[in-house]
Amino acid sequence: MNHIVEMVDIRKEFPGVVACDDITFKVKKGEIHALLGENGAGKSTLMNILFGLYQQDSGSIYLRGDKVSITNPNIANDLGIGMVHQHFKLVHNFTVTENIILGLEPTKAFMINTRSAFARISDLSKQYGLNVDPDALISDISVGMQQRVEILKMLYRDAEILIFDEPTAVLTPQEVQEMMKIMRGLIDEGKTIILITHKLREIMAIADRCTVIRWGKVVGTVNTEDTSEEKLAEMMVGRKVLFELNKKEAHPRKEILSIEELSVSGSAGRKGLKNFTLGVRCGEIVGLAGIDGNGQKELVEAIIGLRKADSGRIMLGDEDISTLSIRERIETGLAHIPEDRHKHGLVLDYTVQENMILKTYYREPYSSKGLLDWSFIYEHAENVIRDFDIRAGEGADSLARSLSGGNQQKAIVGREIDSNPDLLIAVQPTRGLDVGAIEYIHQRLLEQRDQGKAVFMISLELDEILDLSDRIAVIYNGELVDIVDADKTDENEIGLMMAGGKRGVAT
Amino acid sequence: MVDLIYQLFPYAIAFTIPLLITSLGGLFSERSGVINIGLEGLMLMGMFVGAFTITRIEMTNPATAVWIGLLAAVFFGALFALLHAFACVTLNANQVISGIAINMIASAVTVYLARLITGSGNVQIIRGMSRVTIPILSEIPVLGRLLFTQTYATTWLVLFILAFATFLLYKTRFGLRLRACGEHPHAADSAGVNVYLMRYMAVMISGACAGLGGATFIVTLSGEFNGTAAGLGFLALAALIFGQWKPWGILGATFFFGFASTIANVSQVIPVLSQIPGIYLKTFPYVITLIALVLSSKSSQAPKAVGEPYDKGKR
Repeated sequence: MNHIVEMVDIRKEFPGVVACDDITFKVKKGEIHALLGENGAGKSTLMNILFGLYQQDSGSIYLRGDKVSITNPNIANDLGIGMVHQHFKLVHNFTVTENIILGLEPTKAFMINTRSAFARISDLSKQYGLNVDPDALISDISVGMQQRVEILKMLYRDAEILIFDEPTAVLTPQEVQEMMKIMRGLIDEGKTIILITHKLREIMAIADRCTVIRWGKVVGTVNTEDTSEEKLAEMMVGRKVLFELNKKEAHPRKEILSIEELSVSGSAGRKGLKNFTLGVRCGEIVGLAGIDGNGQKELVEAIIGLRKADSGRIMLGDEDISTLSIRERIETGLAHIPEDRHKHGLVLDYTVQENMILKTYYREPYSSKGLLDWSFIYEHAENVIRDFDIRAGEGADSLARSLSGGNQQKAIVGREIDSNPDLLIAVQPTRGLDVGAIEYIHQRLLEQRDQGKAVFMISLELDEILDLSDRIAVIYNGELVDIVDADKTDENEIGLMMAGGKRGVAT
Repeated sequence: MVDLIYQLFPYAIAFTIPLLITSLGGLFSERSGVINIGLEGLMLMGMFVGAFTITRIEMTNPATAVWIGLLAAVFFGALFALLHAFACVTLNANQVISGIAINMIASAVTVYLARLITGSGNVQIIRGMSRVTIPILSEIPVLGRLLFTQTYATTWLVLFILAFATFLLYKTRFGLRLRACGEHPHAADSAGVNVYLMRYMAVMISGACAGLGGATFIVTLSGEFNGTAAGLGFLALAALIFGQWKPWGILGATFFFGFASTIANVSQVIPVLSQIPGIYLKTFPYVITLIALVLSSKSSQAPKAVGEPYDKGKR
């Protein structure tokens, strides 16, 4: 048995949760070992323990057969463990070289010797085919490139065990392909890779073995050759998973949302929106695909009224809403499931019933003559809780904070759909949810469509876009690349467009 | 007119220098991620310690008293800043509130001590720093008269510190790590940099610089401690923002403030300017500061993590 990493009976508790419940996890030298589990299953906690960011409550770690105690990331570095975090740890106004050498700067007469570092980084970049410019500023390079800088950072520190935390979440399908090539290159050079992910297809494509974790416990470790996506999903969720949505044919009618030549300036450091034109019809779901930071946020904020448009019109039905206040827009028939449910969706320290009336409290029958009608509000919240299957310990009186992420999201979806909008804007509606909640929310969005309402969905998950949408619009650099029918396209084509390539034009 | 500028220049420079060094101190603190609104209080501490030390020893050591006073101000400035560092770095306190507390403590403590010691609340030194004209260099046409006549040794010391600080921040390991702590402390931490230690050092450097700034003001311009830093620390803070958190930027910003304030101060005795009502000249630098801050806020180069206590667990 030549296990390079052995984590035995690792236990880690946080207040109220057991994140790792006596997990035993072993990795062989030279393999790509996937760690699969839903959000909150404990996979990131386990890896943070291995990297020294957390300490286990009990259990032991063996590296190359020796028992080790990893109390901080420096020790992990010295032991040859490197980690690419989901959120990159790069200083935006430093160069690639400066970021890589930070903490290990070679010096000469008190000055940082960038030249020697530069040479070493260029060599490593060449050796592993990473193609990184060591002199570029981090803020000037793409997210995919930044990820390679993170990889270089590990290689510069001579790491042998490389942990990747959800590395493909921020990449286009084409970049994912390249990433896999890079990973194979790393394995060929004798490295070992631990891949944290919830994407089954990637595991099947690249991993040698896979350990599945559910609720802090190991469900099992399997060879990917002997398993299938369905089996892995079942292990991960604990029941059979429907991969097919119950999606009927769409019957789109008249256009309800028309965005005409809309230009919006971005916040500092972000690209805005340029001459964006798009229509969404009643009875269809339009999905907006694109890599994060290409103008989606500006578009959504301009539609719902959080950001002023520089030029162009936004028509909802027959009314130009681009100069209306947010409340007036809501009253015209607009509903919005925000990207960040904690920041913009709920007041976490309010109860569920209070959260249910955030947009309607001033109106009859929720209030009259300036006073809130609490008995009606309570009843209304209980109805929504029942209709949308929201699991809340104390019903309408539960604090929003006490709900699980999935139930918080259901509460928002419930509030928005309950307002009976003509147009529902759903931004990342299933981010960070478990498979059960995702299925449920997807069904509700489809229902909304089937009732003749319009749904405009913005998501970074390409699978979600492809599964749900009737038409797919792709945004790149603040501009609409193209809009295509969902049943006449595939992941590859959308991926190319997400990188800015027009349809049918090779890039 | 030309003569006027020749006359004003030494005063403008003398006024600029305490601002510059204090602002530079603020730069260290903020580049490491700690807002330092306490510059005013730290400067006041430097003024008091400087003045007090000098009055104690100037009879016995007339030659070195001024320098020992400056040194004491540097030391106590750093020590006093330790309080700010402890609150902001170790206790994760709100940095603005801690800074305000520093200002309040400083004015209370120094005035109390001054009254206790002198009875009047003022601490007056007998001899400040003397002006020197640098031989050879002052012969250079125009520039010689502007820059090298009637200068204080502290001016050259502070300019040297400015150059050294630039080198430290941009060319050395210490500087790279310090800047990383202010932009993305998690990145620094995961690269093995001790964020807490870096921030402690940076805040103490800012205290030392502000202390030096305060004492320099005493030995060059005012000659006495009178219980207030008269907003110089806040002006230094404004210069830091106006100068976009860059050493040479704050040199420009502080010189601008120094020159404008000097014009306001001497306007009564200069015929051309005395026609303008004093209030306009006196408020001029502050009005310009406000406008400049509003204009530069759009393209702010502020360190990204400034003001956020570093929390290891949050990522």
